[in-house]
Amino acid sequence: MSQYLLSTYAVVGEVPGAPSTPQEMQTFMERVIALEAEMDSSGTFVFGGALHGPDAATVVRMSDADVVMTDGPFAESKEHIGGFYVINADDLDAALAWAGKVADATNHSIEVRPFRATGRVADHMPGA
Amino acid sequence: MTRIGAADRETTSVERVFREANGQAVATLVRVFGDITLAEDAVQDAFVLASDRWRNDGIPPNPAGWIVTTARNRAIDVLRRSARGRELHEQLGAVAGTSPGSGTDNGGEDGPVIDDQLRLIFTCCHPALRTEHQVALTLRLLGGLSVDEVARSFLVSPSAMAKRLVRAKYKIKAANIPYRVPADADLPERLRSVLSVLYLIYNTGVDDPERAALRSEAIRLARSLVDLMPDEPEAAGLLALMLLSESRVSARTDAGAHVLLRDQDRTKWDRTMIEEGHAIVRACIRRDRPGPLQLQAAIQAVHCDADSFEAIDWPQIVALYDHLFSVMPTPVVALNRAIAIGETEGPDAALSALDAIAPDLDDYHLMHAARGTTLRRLAHRDAARAAYERAAHLAASEADRRFLAQQIEELAENGTYT
Repeated sequence: MSQYLLSTYAVVGEVPGAPSTPQEMQTFMERVIALEAEMDSSGTFVFGGALHGPDAATVVRMSDADVVMTDGPFAESKEHIGGFYVINADDLDAALAWAGKVADATNHSIEVRPFRATGRVADHMPGA
Repeated sequence: MTRIGAADRETTSVERVFREANGQAVATLVRVFGDITLAEDAVQDAFVLASDRWRNDGIPPNPAGWIVTTARNRAIDVLRRSARGRELHEQLGAVAGTSPGSGTDNGGEDGPVIDDQLRLIFTCCHPALRTEHQVALTLRLLGGLSVDEVARSFLVSPSAMAKRLVRAKYKIKAANIPYRVPADADLPERLRSVLSVLYLIYNTGVDDPERAALRSEAIRLARSLVDLMPDEPEAAGLLALMLLSESRVSARTDAGAHVLLRDQDRTKWDRTMIEEGHAIVRACIRRDRPGPLQLQAAIQAVHCDADSFEAIDWPQIVALYDHLFSVMPTPVVALNRAIAIGETEGPDAALSALDAIAPDLDDYHLMHAARGTTLRRLAHRDAARAAYERAAHLAASEADRRFLAQQIEELAENGTYT
């Protein structure tokens, strides 16, 4: 069993393919709820969420011995992660099939990335 | 002299056995050990051992089985020597614990061997890998080409190719690309990916004598795919398409310049390949599950059927292009259809068809070459020369440039076609 991050990227101020009428919003929600129920019942869903925009982000870094904070996102890019799922899947084919379903339900492109490791580092130490 | 000749023959047959056995051996070892690099290295070592031993003792009755057994033992040795390997080896337990020299666990049953090879083909051509990685893996692991040979085929340095292969294998492992034949629901899309990799390998070797070996390798791989998946008509279609194209290779160039179909010496065509291609196309027609590759093969079959340029059944070719365009509506198909229309309806009809697709193919030399030929038939001399010049400017191969230079020269001397 592997774990994968399925993430969707959004350009600030643009939400391509987003539902625009209350009715569209309703069917969008229904599709996503049905998909998440399917993920739950198959033991696929680990965690998921939608993020606030990069304007809400703060970067924390060490400068010598001081902790310094700056307003804004880390990556100077137009696209930022808008939301994600962490899923269990047997292999990449299974993960790609779920990504296809997420893309279909949300109308967003989905990036699939395998986790190198999950959980606590201590769990991966020798003798753990 | 004769002794050198005999040694040469021996070398060639050992090499042929290596080529044939490589995919099978790597495929089996990947299943057993779950690690492509380990499998690849072990098979390489087995070949080194074989080339020493076989030269003295002769080729064993089941050379592929010998390679698999030797490579498997070699991989076990490598695993025993590494700490991580010892762990893996214990997990593998009985699976890998065959005694040296048993050699009968492979080749006896066709089932697992066939499945292994298919698994490896589908892994190498997985759509999550970029095309150049698919091609490199296929040639290295299934074709058994050395890293240097693969690098030469794609005009990159051996170190760049080695890096490419490492990256591709890294993704297979990290993303957990499965080593398995895809489920029925995914099969059509996944098979398309395999077929396009093989066709790309073939086309990379077209019109380049230096890379002719890629064509025979692509044909060999397509042939083995047809054996492995006899119920897939598009696999058969690809093999027929390659054979019918290959049958005309020696007539297609003359003194390094491209020779137009109308001027080709048809006695140079390879009749054996044509017969095999025709037989496959007929079987596809009987099966009646047409697809883009089968239709392209059928078009080539009609061309190969004609004894002379005048005898070509152009209405049949236009009908096949219509069918092809309905399943594969690309500008290149439209271009070929327009050229065929020039033969059934005349150059005026061809020119309007070409003008309709010209914006989509403005960077494609063959579109401008076709326009040049059509304009020449319509006696538009200046426009024809301009089209040929544009084509020559865009053409990538020396053979194409020479052909186009010839057309421009003829145009200046004789003017237009009659």
